[in-house]
Amino acid sequence: MEMIKTENLSFEYEKRDEEGNVIGTHMAVDGVELSIEPGQFIAILGHNGSGKSTLAKHMNAILVPTGGTMWVAGKDTKQDENLLDIRQSAGMVFQNPDNQIIGTVVEEDVGFGPENIGVPTEEIWRRVEESLNAVGMIEYRHHSPNKLSGGQKQRVAIAGVVAMRPKCIVLDEPTAMLDPNGRKEVLKTVKKLHEKEKVTAILITHYMEEVIDADTVIVMDHGKIVMQGTPREIFSRVEELKEYRLDVPQVTMLAYELRKRGLNIPNGILRKEELVKILCQ
Amino acid sequence: MLRDITIGQYYPADSPLHRLDPRVKIVGTLLYMISLFLPKNLLGYGVAVIFLTSIIWLSKVPVKFIVKGLKPIVVLLMITVLFNLFLTGTGTILWSAGIFKITDEGLRTAVYMAVRLVFLIMGASLMTFTTTPNALTDGLERLLKPLGKIKVPVHEIAMMMSIALRFIPILLEETDKIMKAQIARGADLESGNIIQKAKNMVPILVPLFVSAFRRANDLATAMEARCYYGGEGRTKMKPLIYKNRDYIAYAIMILYVAAVVAAGRFVEFSIWIF
Repeated sequence: MEMIKTENLSFEYEKRDEEGNVIGTHMAVDGVELSIEPGQFIAILGHNGSGKSTLAKHMNAILVPTGGTMWVAGKDTKQDENLLDIRQSAGMVFQNPDNQIIGTVVEEDVGFGPENIGVPTEEIWRRVEESLNAVGMIEYRHHSPNKLSGGQKQRVAIAGVVAMRPKCIVLDEPTAMLDPNGRKEVLKTVKKLHEKEKVTAILITHYMEEVIDADTVIVMDHGKIVMQGTPREIFSRVEELKEYRLDVPQVTMLAYELRKRGLNIPNGILRKEELVKILCQ
Repeated sequence: MLRDITIGQYYPADSPLHRLDPRVKIVGTLLYMISLFLPKNLLGYGVAVIFLTSIIWLSKVPVKFIVKGLKPIVVLLMITVLFNLFLTGTGTILWSAGIFKITDEGLRTAVYMAVRLVFLIMGASLMTFTTTPNALTDGLERLLKPLGKIKVPVHEIAMMMSIALRFIPILLEETDKIMKAQIARGADLESGNIIQKAKNMVPILVPLFVSAFRRANDLATAMEARCYYGGEGRTKMKPLIYKNRDYIAYAIMILYVAAVVAAGRFVEFSIWIF
């Protein structure tokens, strides 16, 4: 069974003027067909307003499709009785680290999810310890979240999701508000969780460097999926990416320019070391 | 930095009082407050003095901190004492000038009122010194749980309180940021009279409110995403469970109230020396 599957998924919202009158509709997600197998690491790319966040919010049933259907772990998100199951199997991490931490102490925040789904007390403690270990924040368990850095807060938020034992974690631009160090921290944590705990990871971002380790990259534009493939496939289509207002990583760009000037370099270079090796041959 | 301010006045220490269940401390404080209004003679207050002193000693909170807590009520204290002292009409007149006269009864009530107020504040602040705001919220939620039967949203109120506690430092920091941003744009926050100053706060309050609402919306979404749907069916990570020491504390409280009542009722001779 697919972890996430959609069929002609659409989400339309009404645009209103200042008095609240409807002045038109906007298709945020437009006929998306998606099928994500368990254990995959998927990256969804797109510039602002491409519909990637709207799509992410469907995976947690925060938004319900206005057209088509979405199944999370085989459950239709449109049915209310599936809501808790869906939210338990697909956890979600949001952009702003401050606005998603509920507890006043790190460990209490991680325990919030398990408390909500009625996990017995001793089991909550076990899970809190496990998840804080998994994100490397165990030594901060008694700290106030206000005193942590952005990257640390985001790792606490991830631990809070992990403690609910989801099959899939959806990260909606988790690094957008972080400095480069915080970004690295968070990405490392996500990769580790994906490799060790075998959770399906869905990373929504507009930073191209973050997606090179993904199994599949999906590019969205105007609510539609416009490109889909391995990072190498996607990054070998530099011209197309530029059209969707996405920047390719510096190395890829350099390799692309060199290739255009006639050097014998293959398409879709992802890492610095790769390019160095080819150039030194 | 604004981030470092503590909400409430928790004094971290490892004392028997800190370890008590918050419910015991809330109920105990209430009993203690009532006990201050029971005695009619000095002996009763003597019991209260001994009790409070030993509790303060047990709590390991420096006396200096507790005395500092009295500062805000100094004015109130003065007014109460002066009114009682000069305007109590009954009793033997000790001294008089025009409409002002000091009677022995007035003197007595003035002293009683002063002692009551001071002890009231000291006792109450001792509770906040030894209990974290979170523990207090938890304790209140458990104590008020029976009200849930008459449709009082106890869990929701407690949740709101703890979220407010978490966001106070964040919003304070944000206020600071907005103030600086507005000053950088030439906003004048210092000059003018009170009304002018209040008007100057508008460009700070408006963005602050907008941002607070945005945060609230984000937080609500995040809570929903983590399966929050109200208090029903929730388990607790840190459930409040009474331990032996809590029962002992309750017993001590009952003994104390009984002692105060006994001292006030059965001791016939009043050791009122003036």
